[in-house]
Amino acid sequence: MVSDNTIDGSSIVSELKKARVNFVIALPDIVTCDGLLWPISRDPDFQLITICKEDEGVSICSGLSYSENRAVVMMQHTGFLDSINSIRAMGMDYQLPIIMLVGLQGLEPDSSPNESSKNGVRIIIPMLELMQIGFHVLDKQSDVSSISDLIDGAYKKSSPYVFLVTRAPL
Amino acid sequence: MTMRRDEALSLLATHCPDDIVVPVFQSAFDWMKIRPHKLNYLCTGAMGQASSHALGLALGCTDQKVLILDGDGSLLMNLGSLVTIGSCGPENLWHFVLHNAIYEVNGEFPIPGGFETDFSSIATAAGFPRSYNFDNIEELRKGLPEVLAGPGPVFVCLKVICGEHYPRNYETIHDARQRASFKAALATRLATSRS
Repeated sequence: MVSDNTIDGSSIVSELKKARVNFVIALPDIVTCDGLLWPISRDPDFQLITICKEDEGVSICSGLSYSENRAVVMMQHTGFLDSINSIRAMGMDYQLPIIMLVGLQGLEPDSSPNESSKNGVRIIIPMLELMQIGFHVLDKQSDVSSISDLIDGAYKKSSPYVFLVTRAPL
Repeated sequence: MTMRRDEALSLLATHCPDDIVVPVFQSAFDWMKIRPHKLNYLCTGAMGQASSHALGLALGCTDQKVLILDGDGSLLMNLGSLVTIGSCGPENLWHFVLHNAIYEVNGEFPIPGGFETDFSSIATAAGFPRSYNFDNIEELRKGLPEVLAGPGPVFVCLKVICGEHYPRNYETIHDARQRASFKAALATRLATSRS
């Protein structure tokens, strides 16, 4: 039984499969590595592409979006910040369905991202709002069940979407 | 070194009349005139990202040949993508870099390393099974059949001088209609090839 103040990594994996995600593009992030990335790496339902820099992942997803494939890019919030120009171009300008799963490394326990003492964490949600990119905070188990619908919606609308992971999935 | 970029691209176009091509900046402007085609993927958006877009296309369309016409300054911005491509090993990807040692559309300022940077050796070290260098149109004419035969990923450095300056049509590159046209053409191509 998973309590609501933890997140079960396998339930996120199930949601990705339900959303017909078949490619995962990733640069390891300390928040999601053990509970999500390692299990995905062993799962034959996903083709995992490991990258050297996060903006590569945004662009690989862009290329994939023109075929009948669905992809998610996994990165740390620092990688999101490093990839802003690619996200601006592909997400804002071209409105491609770039789905990002972003670990908020350094977020204090039981704090909201907007109240973090870490500059890099605290500016993420205001930046997403400024860029008009939809997002969903994965802070507890009950936040997980909407992942597949949100990914479906992003692909149907052809628009970018970000999942912010506040705690390490177990 | 006497090979003009437009000559090299014109020669390449005769070998690749219908393949998916991802050209960037001045090569894109030239290519749009030399080989106008709905399967020209012009929408790489951010400088340096062509190789990664092309990898996404190659992974998503494994039965289609995908060519990148990269710039040297662009590739320098995303050298890690060579390792990513070398690691993935897509057999349907050909990465050409047009090496003229300048940021041509940004004031013709020299790139770091000039002509000293050995892109082909970097690609080999990054895991590309085959890498080539050409700086002469006749050698390229002789070599292209071998370059394009067999499986990828293949890396090709073309040392060039600027040729004819085709118009820099940025509007077309960023036009939503161009992206929609590419997507429709790719869907048709994939449906045809898989039927």
